[in-house]
Amino acid sequence: MATHEHHHHDHGHHDHGHDHAHPHPTLPDAAELVTYYQRMETAVRELLIAKGIVTADAVRRAIEAMDARTPAQGARVVARAWADPAFKKRLLENGTAACEELGIAMGGTKLVVVENTPKTHNVIVCTLCSCYPRNVLGLPPDWYKSREYRSRAVREPRAVLAEFGTTVPDSVDVRVHDSTADMRYLVLPERPAGTEGMSEADLAALVTRDSMIGVAKARQPGG
Amino acid sequence: MKAAKAWSVEPALAARFRPGDPVRVRRADVPGHLRTPWYIRGHAGVIERYCGTFPNPEELAYNRSGLPAQPLYRVRFRQQEVWPDYAGSEGDTLDIEIYQHWLEPG
Repeated sequence: MATHEHHHHDHGHHDHGHDHAHPHPTLPDAAELVTYYQRMETAVRELLIAKGIVTADAVRRAIEAMDARTPAQGARVVARAWADPAFKKRLLENGTAACEELGIAMGGTKLVVVENTPKTHNVIVCTLCSCYPRNVLGLPPDWYKSREYRSRAVREPRAVLAEFGTTVPDSVDVRVHDSTADMRYLVLPERPAGTEGMSEADLAALVTRDSMIGVAKARQPGG
Repeated sequence: MKAAKAWSVEPALAARFRPGDPVRVRRADVPGHLRTPWYIRGHAGVIERYCGTFPNPEELAYNRSGLPAQPLYRVRFRQQEVWPDYAGSEGDTLDIEIYQHWLEPG
């Protein structure tokens, strides 16, 4: 937690004109939390706007579009693959084209879909940075970008999976995918038992973000 | 392969490897923007698939064209070969994308 400098002031002075009868806001002003790269982003963005290369509204719209992408898109893809074997075949052949079939804007992302089977459990990591299939999963969780996950997922994947509550038996191979370059990866989790006859919408509700990164299995119906 | 064709940038270098070929990652220490993780350099694997051709990221990082484009492969490594004390099954593997100029015949 960041230190609030003004907590250490002599409150008798009231030099910042603050009424202490109400609680302090929980978010710090946090000027000290602005990193070098945040400053650089602000500087570049302001220059681009000042020079008329982009508008503030265009930047805002792009952020809004990024935030609108959620794992629900990926879940829809997985549910369709579970329900439609021909779609699943196309998805495994060319993930990008198959997602575009469902109306998902892939924006040039080259998606490779890897299938979990009774013999193989797949898990995704980017050891170099935080490459992530954002078009189908939205923004990555913080742990995905952490140094711990990035280093340990390739070094001791079974231990990492166990910490996520996913124990993979020795009879199942663990296959780690390090997204080091131009491809992005999505795990096609195994379809849970007892889901025969479920609608695609109901199936999609079983497909979590973590199951598409590969640190978990899809939810059991009613579970 | 359909996907590889769609994802190829031209002009490109000719592909030297095919799926199934044994390869070894160059053990090189060069400065700059690299997308070959340190931990995999020097290790032996097998070409899992050809991904297409892509501008060389080591050139792109310096605002150059990155052309001719480099063939990119997914290489599959046995975890027990990569980490001698690996705790896991014999069949556990690690798939990594490696550009052709980082690969030698294995």
